[in-house]
Amino acid sequence: MKIQLRFFASLREALGASEAIDLPEGSTVGTLRDSLLARGGRHAELLARGRAVRCALNQTLCDESAALTDGAEVAFFPPVTGG
Amino acid sequence: MTPAAPRVSIQTQDFDLSAEVQALRAGDGGVGAVATFTGTVRDRTGGGPAISAMELEHYPGMTESAIEAMIDQAHARFDIRGARVVHRVGLLQPLEQIVLVAVTSAHRGQAFQACEFLMDYLKTQAPFWKKETTPEGARWVDARVADDAALARWGIAASNAAGDAAGSPGTGAGGHFSGAGGNP
Repeated sequence: MKIQLRFFASLREALGASEAIDLPEGSTVGTLRDSLLARGGRHAELLARGRAVRCALNQTLCDESAALTDGAEVAFFPPVTGG
Repeated sequence: MTPAAPRVSIQTQDFDLSAEVQALRAGDGGVGAVATFTGTVRDRTGGGPAISAMELEHYPGMTESAIEAMIDQAHARFDIRGARVVHRVGLLQPLEQIVLVAVTSAHRGQAFQACEFLMDYLKTQAPFWKKETTPEGARWVDARVADDAALARWGIAASNAAGDAAGSPGTGAGGHFSGAGGNP
């Protein structure tokens, strides 16, 4: 299934603003993160577990157990600092 | 509140506090109190270098829907008549206005509380990111644990500033409501 991946703030600067990726059925936000970590390099460094990374599924904050469906939009970003 | 009036605006241009309050109050004789909060750009960090500019990034679409949901929560928790949030994005200079939260109610108590609730919520749950320009270069602002604590006062768990928020299901990542809610 096709997933639209987006990054913001410091993650966007290092990893790019967005990309389309293909994932197997049954994928979750967590397995998506695993596949990004497997790329190594900056992805592995900046998305490593233990770092402060938040995620959203279809523009709602979520955790890694969130299940993905075809056409979903997933975003990873650092802790928010508005206001 | 006038039904047609927008509750949330994300914009590059400045806002006029008086005009915003006037629009929020318009035609509602039940309003007896207006509480507002305005956030502005400092020209220094705590003990840190001078700030010459600030750039605000956000997640278009999610930002608006997240703040709309916060205003719905404010209406559910407090006896308020209207609420308005304006947040600027893009390049800002020191002393400029960043954010406005305005709340109307019959009496002051609920307006004060709802205004503070909305700001506490926005600080940790709305997808904005600040980047400061200093003589030492540009840097992304770190989230503050104190902001998570501020939201926790309202019975809402936030783990925005904590490490690995995304990888900790059930710890409150994503601002799920952890308690029975209600006013503190």
